[in-house]
Amino acid sequence: MKKIEAIIKPFKLEEVKDALADLGIEGMTVSEVKGFGRQKGHTEIYRGSEYTVDFLPKIKIEVVLSDALLESATAAIVKAAKTGKIGDGKVFVSSVEEAIRIRTDETGEDAV
Amino acid sequence: MLKRPNYLASLAASALLAVFVGLPVVLHAQDAVIVTETTAVVEAVEEEAPPYTTMEALQADPMLYAKFMIDNLWILIAAALVFIMHAGFSAVESGLCRSKNAVNILTKNLFIVATGILTYAAVGFSLMYPGDSWIANGWLGFGGFGIGYSPTVTDAETVFAKLTPAGYGLDMTTWADFIFQAMFAATAATIVSGAVAERVKLAPFMIFATLLLAILYPITGSWQWGGGWLSEAGFKDFAGSTIVHGVGGFAALACVIVLGPRLGKYLPNGKIRPILGHNMPLVAIGVFLLFLGWFGFNGGSVLSADPVLVSLVFVTTAIAGAAGIIAAMFGSWAILKKPDLSMALNGALAGLVGITAGADTVTPLSAVIIGAIAGILVVFAVIFFDKIKIDDPVGAISVHGVCGIWGTLAVGIFSFDAAHTVAIQALGTFSICATAFIFSLIVFGLLKLVMGVRVSAEEETAGLDIGEHGQEAYPDFQPVSEA
Repeated sequence: MKKIEAIIKPFKLEEVKDALADLGIEGMTVSEVKGFGRQKGHTEIYRGSEYTVDFLPKIKIEVVLSDALLESATAAIVKAAKTGKIGDGKVFVSSVEEAIRIRTDETGEDAV
Repeated sequence: MLKRPNYLASLAASALLAVFVGLPVVLHAQDAVIVTETTAVVEAVEEEAPPYTTMEALQADPMLYAKFMIDNLWILIAAALVFIMHAGFSAVESGLCRSKNAVNILTKNLFIVATGILTYAAVGFSLMYPGDSWIANGWLGFGGFGIGYSPTVTDAETVFAKLTPAGYGLDMTTWADFIFQAMFAATAATIVSGAVAERVKLAPFMIFATLLLAILYPITGSWQWGGGWLSEAGFKDFAGSTIVHGVGGFAALACVIVLGPRLGKYLPNGKIRPILGHNMPLVAIGVFLLFLGWFGFNGGSVLSADPVLVSLVFVTTAIAGAAGIIAAMFGSWAILKKPDLSMALNGALAGLVGITAGADTVTPLSAVIIGAIAGILVVFAVIFFDKIKIDDPVGAISVHGVCGIWGTLAVGIFSFDAAHTVAIQALGTFSICATAFIFSLIVFGLLKLVMGVRVSAEEETAGLDIGEHGQEAYPDFQPVSEA
């Protein structure tokens, strides 16, 4: 089993979710995060004082899936989340040792 | 960096501003005829003294009694409108501060309303309006504890003499007079709570606010509204640009000096780190509530339902507030490259504070100028105080202190009553504001020595809601932050 962690631009969430659903992947965890890579922040002003906002809002999607689906899933995420502009985000893949479905106690690939 | 200043936008903004101020100034010169006519009407209205001397006479004359009822009713409505300003203050202050301090700010505001009404009932009202009971003539007087009239008195003459303040020419009951003035007292103290927010300790603040309400506000107020030495000198402060707002603003300045800025606000390299308010919609709603309340604040200060004066006051008040918004909005656009909502909201209040001293004695066109200048002043003042490291999270010192002085002086410039001069206005405003500043410096300084006025650094970082109250304002969706 593999885990995909994808950091994407927030407005791309629906597109990525739909792209994964088309592949039959319907479970995921989504969190609102902040971050930056090579995309710089921007300057704001409040009551006369300027400040830089370095951390930009992003969405992190975590999906655990079987090895067979990995390649098509990563391709789908990259295609759906790409805008071509700086700040599109990154996809990370790691191995998962165990997965357990809480309701039914299923383990392994039956649990994802 | 922000993009290179958009000179076209700045030019457009400045041009709009120039039109806004320039046009009224030009038209102001043509005001002469309107001014004389209004003055004549106003003087005619003011010369009428109540002709009754007993309750029976009053109630036996349906016309007189109807007038009494209408005047009294308007004062009660105005008192309720001023009360709503506390909802406004609560929203403005909590919105402009961080969510981790919201409970504390609301607690301070709630305390002030309650203490204001109770303290004013106990001593404030009779300190402010001693009648003939002066101890130091014109400077300090005391009419006795309590409001001054009890419903259990049945003797006919006493009932009349005590219930209706006809002695000083007011067409209302003592209770109406009291409750209207009591609402004002609390608004002066709440100005301080905004400036010291996010780092003041609750207990010393409560003590200071109580002393401000019990001593500072009523005594300085007695100098003018209570018939003291400033009213003898011809000073004019219609609804309290100095007596309420100046007092609050300069008390706030003294407290902020004693208290110090919030942690991390002023960096050692000289940079100012903005600490963002957590809820701008709340601030906006608060300002609208304050604007609404101001119709009672100024409208009720006519102290009767006189249609000419109250209508004029409604108009000048609304116009000054509107001019303040536009001036601050475009002023911040020109100076800071983008229009700042919080500055525009401060501008509304600045315009309203500015007109408060002379709402019944200036023309609507003058009100535009007074409000516009207040709106510009507040933008500069907010930036200035930050530059000299006076940390005022809500701009209370700029709105109430600086514009309170401006509004008071403006009466000397714009009033259509020639008796009002800048010199006397300056005397009044500087003496009262200086007294407020010195009183607060001493009292708050003593509190700092005796019990400390500031929370610990750990508590300030974690939030006063946790430290002072053990509660959170938004437990469902705001994680408690540590360090």
